[in-house]
Amino acid sequence: MIRSDILRDIAPILSNQLVVCNIGLPSQELHMIDDQDSNFYMLGTMGLSSSIGLGVALAQDKTVISIDGDGSVLTNFGTLPTIANNVSDNFILLIIDNGSYGSTGDQPTYAGKKTSLTAVAIACGCENVIECRAEETGSVLQAAIDSKKMTIIVSKCDSGNIKVPVIMKDPVVIRDRFMNEVERRNT
Amino acid sequence: MSVSEKIVADFVANNIQFVTTVPCKQLGGVIDAVENEPSIYHIPSNKEDEGMGLCAGAFMGGKRPAIIMQNTAIGVTVNTLVTLTQFYRMPLPMLISYRGELKEPVACQVEMAVHTKALLNQLNIPTYHFHKPGDEDELDAILKYTFMCNKPVAILTDATFWGGY
Repeated sequence: MIRSDILRDIAPILSNQLVVCNIGLPSQELHMIDDQDSNFYMLGTMGLSSSIGLGVALAQDKTVISIDGDGSVLTNFGTLPTIANNVSDNFILLIIDNGSYGSTGDQPTYAGKKTSLTAVAIACGCENVIECRAEETGSVLQAAIDSKKMTIIVSKCDSGNIKVPVIMKDPVVIRDRFMNEVERRNT
Repeated sequence: MSVSEKIVADFVANNIQFVTTVPCKQLGGVIDAVENEPSIYHIPSNKEDEGMGLCAGAFMGGKRPAIIMQNTAIGVTVNTLVTLTQFYRMPLPMLISYRGELKEPVACQVEMAVHTKALLNQLNIPTYHFHKPGDEDELDAILKYTFMCNKPVAILTDATFWGGY
């Protein structure tokens, strides 16, 4: 399974949740598969999906899922200690770990070599860290939502991309509809 | 009331409830005052761009954010300021220690100081400079302005303002 297969698989779970989605192909794929007002698409700023998602989670009560990639987590490694030390039980970080920088042409990442993001997250102090196979992502994600415990999921999948259109929505529109959805769900 | 306490009181008066910080000796008093303010969630970040991501999230979650950092951070965060904070039109007060100005003992700090205002200007970021004691009286208006216009706004605070090192 490649990343887009996982996103297709978990789309029914994501559609009920606030989602912050990583820059590039992950956002473009999610946008194509199941666009929702409750999805915040990153159009730039590699690495900050987990930080933005944690910020949303800390500011309100509803569950927030950040969809990240192994390359992006490596870009913003400092995020893992911050997450570990600011426990927000409505936050789930889903790292889709395909061992490559997918959006830039599948160059290998260190996470596909010797570095285990699961081990790093645990070493940083994260408490519920689950590594799973791509096929298990949906069930692990649903269990994490139901547990109401902050969870880091590292879903190991194959590298590879599908053809997807870029997102043409205006960033302010993406932000505004997401904020309205956050407000609606909290009132 | 100390200057640090006054600054945090202005944060509270403007309903800022989420503050991320990257440490600075000059801003140590403000960071302590943030930590001690019960209405503010203080979340130290490891790098300033990470902090701006946290602030963007907090804003979308319904809380007014602020970041406290050194001016060296302007060099670190250009991409984030442009592609996240500005592109999505989000407010972000940035309380910045302006290292490398008069009374600076460390030569290397000057290297970033000479670029600080030029970079902020290039990024079209409204910039205020606290140079003398009492300049902090404008902070309340600056914060209101920031959340009115949904932009990142820089407040540079130099050594003369803080009374030296």
